[in-house]
Amino acid sequence: MVKARFLTLAHGAGGVETGEILEELVLSKFPPELKKALEGYGTDVLDDGATLKIGGLHVVLSIDAYTVNPPFFPGGNIGVLAASGSINDVLMMGGRPVAMMDSIVAQEGFPVDKLDVIMESFAKVLRENGVALIGGDLKVLPKDDLSGVVITTVGVGLARKVIVDRDLRPGDKIVVSGPLGEHGATILALQYGVDLGETQLRSDVRPLTDLMLPLLEKYGDHIHAARDPTRGGLAMTLNDWARESGTVIVVEEDRIPLREPVVSYAEMLGIEPLALASEGVAVLGVAADVAEEIVGEMRRLGYSEASVIGEARRSEKYSGYVLYKSSVGGVRILEPPRGELVPRIC
Amino acid sequence: MQKLELDALRYNREAAEKVRRIIWKLAGRLGGRTVKLMNFCGTHEWTTVHFGLRSLMPPNVKLVAGPGCPVCVTPSHYIEESIRLAMDGVKVYSFGDAFKLPALRRVKGARNLEEAKALGGSVEVVYSFLDAVKKARADDGEGVFLGIGFETTTPSYSIPLRSRQIPDNLFFLSVLRLTPPAADFAIKAALDRGLTPVQGIIAPGHVSTIIGAKPWKELAEKYGIPAVVSGFEPLDLLVSIAMLLKMIVEGRNTVEIEYKRLVTWEGNIYVQRVNSEVFQVEDAAWRGLGFIPESGLELKGEYRRYDAAREFGIEPLTREKWRYDLPAACKCADITLGLAEPTDCPMFKKACTPERPIGPCMVSLEGTCAVWARFGGGGLAEEIAREVGV
Repeated sequence: MVKARFLTLAHGAGGVETGEILEELVLSKFPPELKKALEGYGTDVLDDGATLKIGGLHVVLSIDAYTVNPPFFPGGNIGVLAASGSINDVLMMGGRPVAMMDSIVAQEGFPVDKLDVIMESFAKVLRENGVALIGGDLKVLPKDDLSGVVITTVGVGLARKVIVDRDLRPGDKIVVSGPLGEHGATILALQYGVDLGETQLRSDVRPLTDLMLPLLEKYGDHIHAARDPTRGGLAMTLNDWARESGTVIVVEEDRIPLREPVVSYAEMLGIEPLALASEGVAVLGVAADVAEEIVGEMRRLGYSEASVIGEARRSEKYSGYVLYKSSVGGVRILEPPRGELVPRIC
Repeated sequence: MQKLELDALRYNREAAEKVRRIIWKLAGRLGGRTVKLMNFCGTHEWTTVHFGLRSLMPPNVKLVAGPGCPVCVTPSHYIEESIRLAMDGVKVYSFGDAFKLPALRRVKGARNLEEAKALGGSVEVVYSFLDAVKKARADDGEGVFLGIGFETTTPSYSIPLRSRQIPDNLFFLSVLRLTPPAADFAIKAALDRGLTPVQGIIAPGHVSTIIGAKPWKELAEKYGIPAVVSGFEPLDLLVSIAMLLKMIVEGRNTVEIEYKRLVTWEGNIYVQRVNSEVFQVEDAAWRGLGFIPESGLELKGEYRRYDAAREFGIEPLTREKWRYDLPAACKCADITLGLAEPTDCPMFKKACTPERPIGPCMVSLEGTCAVWARFGGGGLAEEIAREVGV
């Protein structure tokens, strides 16, 4: 008898299990030639989005379903998240966001004024970034079938040059634009009923257009990899990059910007702060000779805690690993996140 | 945790480098001996792994994880009984990591409380005993709190129990365990098997805020080894290791306190008094290890009216009844005693992972296997560092 298997929350947590179940249920059903189209990138590279080459330009597409619970949180709401998330995914592929489509699925009985606040936040992000809403859908499900609201967005952009993370090379520096894990720590704290007044936690959700467009313009050819470290956090991003690019990535704890409440809170729960999601941070892999210049530019653009946190190195035997040098000089492996996060007892 | 404390004791490469040099110098004065220093706390092991402290040690100083995970040592018997209660409709309140702790055999189809819940059993994850008290008050039915923990967690049970604020429909299943007797057991186990003996004790800071540094003196004198009560930041541990090595070199088998900002010689007298009013010390079973004398706490006197075992007729686990309660290939018992490392287990990160744990040491975030698997423990990091020139 084959034992019945069921989806677990871990399958949707964006870590190792998500990759495994996607490969099994979806990706394995497509032959290589149907994993991409029009000389672009598709599910063959598993990056932030996909591309199609049309008339010498690359059209960048990204899709994501946003399901955050609670839908309102310090620093934003699900509307800001849905708009910013897809804009950021397009940017991280090297694209300039131009348009978006959205699909809203809400629970019967969801207050209209709340949805209005959410959609106003969503629209504000698009207006401020000059992104058009070119299509969408709205469905309402009976109470028992869904709680709250789910917003799926498709981001559309145009790129002169596409950034795919497997292009990261040995010697490249890893740069982050600001403190990590703020969104993940905030949401987790809310789910566990922690009073945020005491913790000063706040989601960092924001579109990164004001950061990435100038950088792409000025340093486009020197940015070899780019990612916004959402689910699975920096730990997942760097593990993906090391694996895809066949390098070892070395990061140094005392150069990684993390705010004290995020560190304390993650430790209280016994989880890796670098596995917590950011929704307003860019991680870049850049050519070493322009790394400090790029950090300087980021700081001038208002990202005052931007920092070089490490580099990619060539390895014969151990490619695919992320090595973490601690604040006291010891080394360990930065593991890709696994399982769902459960609080510990003491 | 204050920012100042973090800056001084964590983000302080310079001070760490100084202490590291002292450790290497002292290690050179050990006369060629290899020494094994054992910690007794999941958080100490976390600090050791998270900050890569093993990679900073001289080859003749071994840092070993001892029994430091209360969930890991909870006998299968109590998980089986909790599943039975949950399936019979008694609400079982459990911490998140005990929720996934596997029993040795299935009870009514469920291998752990998580599965019991999926099969319709009555289980609720709580974040504290008080959380369970609050939920039980709002609930009509009977409930049982699965009371797991070491000395650090005990006051969070004894103080509410003594306050008489517990609703009549909530009962307490005590699986509380004591650290010093387990430390004694682990040190003796290495001697009995003729393995490298433990030559220094890194005593748990949190536990010692309650019990004080005093109980470690008995152990130090009994085995002729020094002990240092240590804090949890990486510099706390490095300094504690240097203190231990100095005591070993000088042949002083006493107890010193590194964690002076919180630990005193006598401990927290008030909490000790409340604990001994509510609980009494008994011989108790540890998962995979068997009975350890005077290593558990049971409700006593008038507080027995909260005893879930009495209320629901749960058979007590006796020496005669106890049977080895780990899965066949699982090395959790030896790992708990510091006689094996997670990487010695053929199932580690293969069949047994944090998302599909087989052994108890992989379930709890305090467990040595879970810490190694989630935070990248083991010697591989050092090999990679050598290859890529870090």
